Amino acid sequence: MWWRSASFILDQRHLQEDPPNDIASSSSKQPPDTLSSLSPPQTQNSTFMATAADPFNPIPNPKISAYYQTRAAHTAVVTSDWLAQAQAAVGHHPDDAQAAQTHQPLLAASPSSGKSFCVINEFNNWRKQPDLAEAVAAIRALAAVIRASEATTMMELEIELKKASDSLKSWDTTSISLTAGCDLFMRYVTRTSALEYEDFNSARSRLIERAEKFGEISCKARRIIAMLSQDFIFDGCTILVHGFSRVVLEVLKTAAQNKKLFRVFCTEGRPDRTGLRLSNELAKLDVPVKLLIDSAVAYTMDEVDMVFVGADGVVESGGIINMMGTYQIALVAHSMNKPVYVAAESYKFARLYPLDQKDMAPALRPIDFGVPIPSKVEVERSARDYTPPQYLTLLFTDLGVLTPSVVSDELIQLYL
Amino acid sequence: MEARRASRTVSDPKVRHVGFFTPDPNPHPGRTPLASDAPVSNSLSPVMILPPRQPSDRTAAVPVPETGLRRQTGADQVPVGSYNPSESLLSSSPLPSSPSSRVGLVDGEFSEESGGWLRRSESGNYASSLPDTMVERAPENSASAAPRLESKKSVEVTGKGGKAVVEEQNEVQSSSKPLKAKTTKAERRALQEAQRAAKASGKEGNKSAAVSQGAAPVKPVKQPAQKKDGPPVSVSVVSFDKKGGDRPPEKERKKDVPAPRMQFDDKSRVQKAKKHAVVKQTEARNRVELFRHLPQYEHGTQLPDLESKFFQLDPVHPAIYKVGLQYLAGDISGGNARCIAMLQAFKEAIEDYSTPQEKTLARDLTAKISSYVSFFIECRPLSISMGNAIRFLKTRISDLPLTLSESEAKAALCSDIEHFINEKIILADKVIVRHAVTKIRDGDVLLTYGSSCVVEMILLYAHEMGKQFRVVVVDSRPKLEGQALLRRLVAKGLSCAYSHINALSYIMHEVTKVFLGAASVLSNGTVYSRVGTASVAMVANAFHVPVLICCEAYKFHERVQLDSICSNELGDPDAIAKVPGRTDVNYLNNWANKENLQLLNLMYDATPADYISMIVTDYGMIPPTSVPVIVREYRRDHVFL
Repeated sequence: MWWRSASFILDQRHLQEDPPNDIASSSSKQPPDTLSSLSPPQTQNSTFMATAADPFNPIPNPKISAYYQTRAAHTAVVTSDWLAQAQAAVGHHPDDAQAAQTHQPLLAASPSSGKSFCVINEFNNWRKQPDLAEAVAAIRALAAVIRASEATTMMELEIELKKASDSLKSWDTTSISLTAGCDLFMRYVTRTSALEYEDFNSARSRLIERAEKFGEISCKARRIIAMLSQDFIFDGCTILVHGFSRVVLEVLKTAAQNKKLFRVFCTEGRPDRTGLRLSNELAKLDVPVKLLIDSAVAYTMDEVDMVFVGADGVVESGGIINMMGTYQIALVAHSMNKPVYVAAESYKFARLYPLDQKDMAPALRPIDFGVPIPSKVEVERSARDYTPPQYLTLLFTDLGVLTPSVVSDELIQLYL
Repeated sequence: MEARRASRTVSDPKVRHVGFFTPDPNPHPGRTPLASDAPVSNSLSPVMILPPRQPSDRTAAVPVPETGLRRQTGADQVPVGSYNPSESLLSSSPLPSSPSSRVGLVDGEFSEESGGWLRRSESGNYASSLPDTMVERAPENSASAAPRLESKKSVEVTGKGGKAVVEEQNEVQSSSKPLKAKTTKAERRALQEAQRAAKASGKEGNKSAAVSQGAAPVKPVKQPAQKKDGPPVSVSVVSFDKKGGDRPPEKERKKDVPAPRMQFDDKSRVQKAKKHAVVKQTEARNRVELFRHLPQYEHGTQLPDLESKFFQLDPVHPAIYKVGLQYLAGDISGGNARCIAMLQAFKEAIEDYSTPQEKTLARDLTAKISSYVSFFIECRPLSISMGNAIRFLKTRISDLPLTLSESEAKAALCSDIEHFINEKIILADKVIVRHAVTKIRDGDVLLTYGSSCVVEMILLYAHEMGKQFRVVVVDSRPKLEGQALLRRLVAKGLSCAYSHINALSYIMHEVTKVFLGAASVLSNGTVYSRVGTASVAMVANAFHVPVLICCEAYKFHERVQLDSICSNELGDPDAIAKVPGRTDVNYLNNWANKENLQLLNLMYDATPADYISMIVTDYGMIPPTSVPVIVREYRRDHVFL
């Protein structure tokens, strides 16, 4: 699938235009020597990262899914207040302090000595980069596994890799992109018959090469998507955006840089108020933004020209799993004949096939209503919903602009 | 891969080139500047550019003998504004071969191909992948064909005859009974009913037989004809076949196989014309106008004759014969069961096969298999899954290395057949069960229609796993297959409900998932299955209940079908005219005598892909839109299975 990545879009841009336009991509892209030097940037930011990134206790706080913690860490506007609240509600977890202490020494010890190498640590280090998606971090970590491996046979290496990816996956079982990223990495890197004919060292270096390439493509994915989607944003259009998605932000940023005139409606994105953050970012870019409460979507839909959403995961049917509320927005848009565009990197393609909303492992999150909720009242705390493919118009991916039905074709070609 | 890379040359990142356009392979470097100049208007270009291309396309297709001139005009049209090189490919490529081939007429194409075959033809044989051609050729070429033809004639005679025939049948039947190992009760009853029907229809039979006699002289060429191939194929094939066509198998096959599918329409039309000459089976007279193109025979009449010939020296292998009769009597039904029975019969036949003198195994055996297949078709029209299995077997035979000795080749084929049965049917079912069970949750109410063996396996497996769910078995007349399923499920302790399809909309609101089997899944996602499936799927869709189709990948077919009319199977109209066990319901007793009454007992229907949420196959769970991908993948591993 990646050998057909639409990354040529980027190459053309480089040829055609001046580099200044590509600030975003160059800042997010790692120079290759950093990749191989095994020293992921150490950007420690806050205390709650430690709880979320605890290597030995995948889900430190069982009431809050790790999925949501990661999201919270990345979409920083929510920050620690609710997390602290939630934690206070649940009670102090004894492992937390201990874990926070053991975290640091492990980090220092991990990279060079192969014995104590730990994927999770590596993963966490990569993950701290604010612009790096979780799946890309996982891909980078897995690449590091190959590099640090002391295996002497292909089989051994493969088993080691499998173990690493399993532990990464179990680190957060609710994250679709993490699981999908690990699976795709395994498929992409290990599925090659050429490896059988080579001696181990060259095969290993080939694996590393492929892993690097995979990581690089995944890194560039967001940029590619932004380029591809530019044709769909026309002057004077109104775009409805739900939740905070870094891909969607990249798309809008690129459109603004291309001097397109458009305005954006941001939903509030209760309960973690991700829409607020997006509106902040867009206001910085001088894009006219209007903030809506989540229930005002249908009210404003007749002014909207298109709906742009990101995705946590793209499933085999071509539908998407995304932040709660995407489904109802897609339904409203569909009934008013507005196009719904999804921006999603191809490492989010997952071998999942939910039949309905309840057909997934729920990712739970705390919801703050501002007032105490009586214990008899039940609260729906699921963090995401499933939007079936018939409500989606197009998917912008780094493989190109796809209709929902193509997703399954790509997955079949990769996995069969 | 190549395609998308090629579109890199387009300077502006227009998505249309990625998603919707066949990318520009740029064979003519001179034209690239034109494409790269365009980007400003590129988003509009599909609309603007298309018109000039079509006329050029059309002119290219017109058969004009002066090749050079044509090419020139084709070149002239390039600067007119079409940048798409496919246009120029179209205009130039057909010219060197034959001008008439682009006309698009079937005859033109075939005449061209037949010419090619004639040139190549040397010996008297050719290994054909077209079942039809082999069928038609086999009786003529092989020495063993003579008795077969005779037998056919005799059938015709019996068809004409009234009572005498029946008596004769009785005799033969009684004599054959002790010899035939297992004659089940159902079989005996079928026989009796058949005789009764024969007696009753004796007089009408006279008429139709007379008609068929009129066409009798042509008989050797014509065959009972529910073939997948278009009649034009068979006619042309036969004509040059007499001169003897030897053709290189692989190269031709690739060109040929899709062709019959394309002309499916034609086939049915011409088949209707041919129908009068069909000897073996007695035609039912009162047929529904819309379904005239489908074969409908008077059920049961031919069974006794066939039984009587069981021990005659016949080119049909006894194992084949037995399975054929079982099809005819309805003892074996269900896609998988029929397919497995057929393959095992083939296996037995191959084990007993010995290559005649001066013949090669590959060719002679293919012919043999084809004659067997035509026999099966006479008994009951092939299902699509059987067609796929036959195609697999023929590919294996023609791919056999010539160096193999006969015994080795036979052993290889037998193991291939075993492999197919195990891998594509039995193992596939297990994989499907494992996939589908993940979709069953505690508290589910699952609805199934008719009796599908895969669905049954799924339900039983889920029950074994300790999942708590209820099953609603929906059934319909006249087959009432659901009752057998219900019996087996209840015996295993599942909590079940049983209803007829009439009550479907009443029961659907409490159902959470619908599991259905399928006879075949076609390329556009259409599910071809037991009649009534479509209504179940539609009702489920109206109630927002997900519909899961469980189907092995070997049943997928690259054909596209939009309705259930053009290809279907007609069952016995008597089955819907009578209510078993109710003698007082006899309003339709003599329906066959009434000219203004037609009964329609359809066997299959087509469910559009819109009503299907998911197809569970041995390749995983896929949306109906991805069937073509599986078909493609499947074909690929078909080759080196």
